Amino acid sequence: MTNTWQDIKNANVVIVMGGNAAEAHPCGFKWVIEAKIENGAKLVVVDPRFTRTASVADYYAPIRPGTDIAFLSGVMRYLLEKDAIQHEYVRAYTNASLIVKDGFTFTDGLFSGYNEDTQTYDRSSWDYELDKDGFAKADDTWQDPRCVINLLKQHVSRYTPEMVSRICGTPQDKFLHVCELIASTAAPDKAMTSLFALGWTQHSVGAQNIRSMAMVQLLLGNIGVAGGGMNALRGHSNIQGLTDVGLLSNQMPGYMNLPTDKETDFDVYMSTRQFKPLRPGQISYYQNTRKLFVSFMKALYGDAATQESNWAYDWLPKLDIPLYDIIKAFEMMNNGQMTGYICQGFNPLQAFPDRGKIRRGLSKLKFLVTMDPLDTETSRFWQDFGPQNPANSAEIQTEVFQLPVTCFAEENGSLVNSARWLQWHWKAADGPGKSMSDIWIMSGIFHRLRELYRKEGGAFPDPLLNLTWKYTDPISPDPEELAKEMNGRALADLTDPASGAVTKAGTLLDGFGQLRDDGTTSSGCWIFSGCFTEKGNQMARRDATDPREQGIAPNWAWAWPANRRILYNRASADPSGKPWNPAKPVISWNGTRWVGIDVPDYTPTLDPSKGVSPFIMNDEGLGRLFARKLMAEGPFPEHYEPLESPVENLLHPKVKNNPAARVFPGDRAAFGSPDKFPYVATTYRLTEHFHYWTKHGLMNAILQPEEFIEIGEVLAKEKGIEQGGWVKVTSKRGVVVCKAYVTKRIKPLSVDGKPTHVIGVPIHWGFTGQARKGYGANTLTPSVGDANTQTPEFKAFLVNVEKTSAPVAA
Amino acid sequence: MSASKTVITRYTTLNRVNHWINAICFVVMVLSGLSMFHPMLFFLSGLFGGGQWTRAMHPWVGIALLISYSGLVVQFWRENIWRKEDFAWLKAAQFVMVNEEEHAPPVGCNNAGQKLVFWSMTLLIPVLFLTGLVIWEVYFGESTPIPVQRAAVLIHSFAAIAAIIVWIVHVYAAIWVRDSMRAMTQGYVTPGWAWRHHRKWLEELASGQHGKNIIRKRP
Amino acid sequence: MSDLQSQDYVRRSASTMTPPSARSHEEQVAKLIDVSRCIGCKACQTACMEWNDLRPEIGHFEGTYQNPADLGPSVWTLMKFAEYENEQGNLEWLIRKDGCMHCEDPGCLKACPAPGAIVQYANGIVDFISDKCIGCGYCVKGCPFDIPRISKTDHKSYKCTLCSDRVTVGLEPACVKACPTGAIMFGSKADMTHQAEERIIDLKSRGFEKAGLYDPAEVGGTHVMYVLHHADKPSLYSGLPDKPQISPMVTVWKGIVKPLAMVGVAMAALAGLFHWVAEGPNEVTEADEAEGERVLRESETEKSS
Repeated sequence: MTNTWQDIKNANVVIVMGGNAAEAHPCGFKWVIEAKIENGAKLVVVDPRFTRTASVADYYAPIRPGTDIAFLSGVMRYLLEKDAIQHEYVRAYTNASLIVKDGFTFTDGLFSGYNEDTQTYDRSSWDYELDKDGFAKADDTWQDPRCVINLLKQHVSRYTPEMVSRICGTPQDKFLHVCELIASTAAPDKAMTSLFALGWTQHSVGAQNIRSMAMVQLLLGNIGVAGGGMNALRGHSNIQGLTDVGLLSNQMPGYMNLPTDKETDFDVYMSTRQFKPLRPGQISYYQNTRKLFVSFMKALYGDAATQESNWAYDWLPKLDIPLYDIIKAFEMMNNGQMTGYICQGFNPLQAFPDRGKIRRGLSKLKFLVTMDPLDTETSRFWQDFGPQNPANSAEIQTEVFQLPVTCFAEENGSLVNSARWLQWHWKAADGPGKSMSDIWIMSGIFHRLRELYRKEGGAFPDPLLNLTWKYTDPISPDPEELAKEMNGRALADLTDPASGAVTKAGTLLDGFGQLRDDGTTSSGCWIFSGCFTEKGNQMARRDATDPREQGIAPNWAWAWPANRRILYNRASADPSGKPWNPAKPVISWNGTRWVGIDVPDYTPTLDPSKGVSPFIMNDEGLGRLFARKLMAEGPFPEHYEPLESPVENLLHPKVKNNPAARVFPGDRAAFGSPDKFPYVATTYRLTEHFHYWTKHGLMNAILQPEEFIEIGEVLAKEKGIEQGGWVKVTSKRGVVVCKAYVTKRIKPLSVDGKPTHVIGVPIHWGFTGQARKGYGANTLTPSVGDANTQTPEFKAFLVNVEKTSAPVAA
Repeated sequence: MSASKTVITRYTTLNRVNHWINAICFVVMVLSGLSMFHPMLFFLSGLFGGGQWTRAMHPWVGIALLISYSGLVVQFWRENIWRKEDFAWLKAAQFVMVNEEEHAPPVGCNNAGQKLVFWSMTLLIPVLFLTGLVIWEVYFGESTPIPVQRAAVLIHSFAAIAAIIVWIVHVYAAIWVRDSMRAMTQGYVTPGWAWRHHRKWLEELASGQHGKNIIRKRP
Repeated sequence: MSDLQSQDYVRRSASTMTPPSARSHEEQVAKLIDVSRCIGCKACQTACMEWNDLRPEIGHFEGTYQNPADLGPSVWTLMKFAEYENEQGNLEWLIRKDGCMHCEDPGCLKACPAPGAIVQYANGIVDFISDKCIGCGYCVKGCPFDIPRISKTDHKSYKCTLCSDRVTVGLEPACVKACPTGAIMFGSKADMTHQAEERIIDLKSRGFEKAGLYDPAEVGGTHVMYVLHHADKPSLYSGLPDKPQISPMVTVWKGIVKPLAMVGVAMAALAGLFHWVAEGPNEVTEADEAEGERVLRESETEKSS
């Protein structure tokens, strides 16, 4: 979230698209209700199904799964055509005026630089035209046809209401009404918040879905303001924390990228990350990257990280491919390239696409270690549970170690919520049985591995042997100690150049502003710096005082970065420093400094007359309507059909799917065609359950006991399917036999004149736990991910459905 | 009043046993039923071990009552067939009420009043049984819609009150008409009793219509 | 069943005496359920199960999100889901939390034959005092909302208590505390009515012209009220009665029939008594015996001759 849960109440329009906030985030959804009741907000829902969120919405419009970019590009076209944009904001705070290189083109669904063989782009043309000083050229009059706003206008011009309706199946009048509601927030004192979740991410074009709405928000001037923003509702109590500390194969803590194998030299690595400002006088925060990196390496290797050793840069792994995501991991497992798997707090047999492939992969392992508080399906993949998990145990040689761990309520620690708050929590009870904390288990594995390397050597023992491990209890480090390590310390006496204040060696840092690139500071996760200072554990603060009743309680827990609650909040004020919306100011310039209810996302004493643009994490300081080289499939979002789709791409039939999607040949062979699998399926959660955990809880099992799919009345009638009757849902990859919920909430959509049926597949049932046994939605889903993140395409794929009888237990 | 030497068997042992089973069932039904009918009478549930016991037992005794009453119907339906002369007796019932039975036409085995009691009960007991089934919560609570149950409970109440009133008439008549009680306890009546109350029946007896063994020496 | 005591009672089932009503100065409470902001998450159901420590069986999927399938001795509140296509052809998903309405004039209490098994407290809560319940199911027939359910295990009737145990000690009912969107509110009936008025103004401004409060006068008002978008058609909400009333059958049964029947029975008995007093027994006379004997004798003679 750029903003906070509480801040949603400041919105004038709440759009829920690519998510189902009421269903999946019922507690946070109270702020949407608050916005409606206290702020007169309109709630708009765009979703393939009439969801629980839609049930309390002011307006609902249906959409075919996987066509959000077409819808949102249509919205952008509408806003630009009706001139319903916040001009001053767009001109001053976005890259609308910047001029794009001549080489950049878009023809027939492809941007310039496409390489068909590698299915990747050479992105060099996706950038600004630079002047002789290396600054991006601009045309503030927007006359130049190559300036971003004009290229954008041209790019979205194809998304007429007719075209949007043909692609998305959304009736034109409904689409236009949504456009109208969205456009109402172009006024400087009006804001729209976008709430989304996996409904946008779980697509082969997931990241571009989100970018599309971010662009809409920039055009409306809704980023950085109260009640605005792009608000990803995280689906897991600590999934925000997971990405923050870099638990992805290509990342390090604080969103620093791991080096690639082309960056064997430390200076080369640094040169591509310390972004030079692209506009005169601009602040580009990532010029500080060296400080962040060196401090991280000091936290990792302590005294072994020295100037001479390039801060132990050589000990970092270098990626040979963009990332080793889970789809890749299971591909390797199936190919015999990965033979051991430590599965910590994760249930891939339920959670990852093409369950059959996951099961085959696990069956080829030498060993599998599962660490989980629950008896997961993954740890039982080898056991025959009847039709829901038909396994021949005798043929499976995988040795499985099932390690029970404590859960969040059985240990101290912090969780990072969607609003980036680090909230400390306290142990409530001891774990049951022989469960141990994840920290204890991981420490144990570390010590034994290190001992093995120490005794037996190995190809490259240094990274492990030199790791610092200076905890009071090395067997089970205390969570507070780990938190302090992430916060960072002064390793020598530090003198502040401006104030002359001295920070003594050994003291905890107050924030990442103190980090140095000379090895005198350490910080395990720079964005968390400030969470645990000499003043104590900031995450444990519980003062709910909200000075303006505007949803910002600065002394409740601690938010990264720097306890800032609304990102880009400099953009909440106009170029002269006056809030766009005087009724809901976030920060403003009082003549000498920036003041307000939030920590400024800007230099606190920087005079607005200096003209430094607000988006200081970008090297041009501007919000990007044109993404430059940062996206795999293009700097503008473009509608590509899901990998499994019932229709051709109406815009460019030759380029149907995301051209930069990575598809393994075996997975491609497992894609179904619309003649055999004519219906569009989409997966989702229900309020009654959380993923595959709560089916282990009696009460949740009572509230939603049994696997089912949702199917519209028209298709059900066509197929003779009765309410609550048994159905067989088939994709090219597997079969699910479950009950049918015949509902008015899913209606056939008219896509390019043809009726298109959508099937809803809730995900929660498996073969362990208290609820009735189920096959699991991932039995059906295709193994392909977003081209940037490899988040699997769970939200749009093809199935067939037939009436059947109850499954017979083997 | 001199004791006659001969007596007439009015009710056989089977008749009497069946009747008294029926009577016990009926009284239990009345007491338990009333305890669930009016708060003033809830105390009666104490006779049966409390409210839960009363509620649980009442329908089972109801089944017993139905079976037992069916026995009575099989045994007594013939002599209760309504005849023309019953109207004449009813017209003269005012004389019967003031103990001037001699002004009423002679009656057979049962007079019109007795027949009315018999047929009232024959109607009311099945009605009570059927409506009782509908409101038998434990087994049939979900078998019928609630509006049907509401009607059933109301009909059940009306029928029960009617049955109780009929029963009071029956009991009082047995007390008022002296020696009737003995007919149902020891089984016999005197020729004088038969002469006074059921003269035609006596004549039938005398003519041997009801068999020989019916008249015997006083025990 | 709560830890209140008899002085809290303003109504008591099957009781001919007047309850003390010693606390009738207490403010009437009400739970207000704003259907227009309910998302059907079932947190209320869970909270109810938790607080009252109830665990119904794990059921089956029955073609609706409504789980368990029905209210029960262990299911005191239940989300009901209705898919409704309005006049404009737009879908509305009307989700209503079902449970005891705590009528001001409770049909269950009226129908109950067990003294003190159903009581109403001064604050308006209608509560079942289970140890006095005899399991007859009359409350089921008395209720205009089809709420009480009789347990097959202990043969007692159960329903929502409005968390009378919590309310007594100044807490809100468990469902109210758990509701994430504030759709369930609790307070004095006056405050809740006022709150509802504000909500209705908002709903009307959003195009629900028939929005209104469901507080049916036919049962004297209720201590659980709904804000409905379609107050003109409550039955759209999974069969919420349009005009709930205690069935005339029940009114007749528990009203006029009771005294009439008692009078009737008493009259019959008294009639007998006074008849006896006035006329005395109908006795067989010696003459009758003689006549009887004669008839028998004559027939003997006839037969033997």
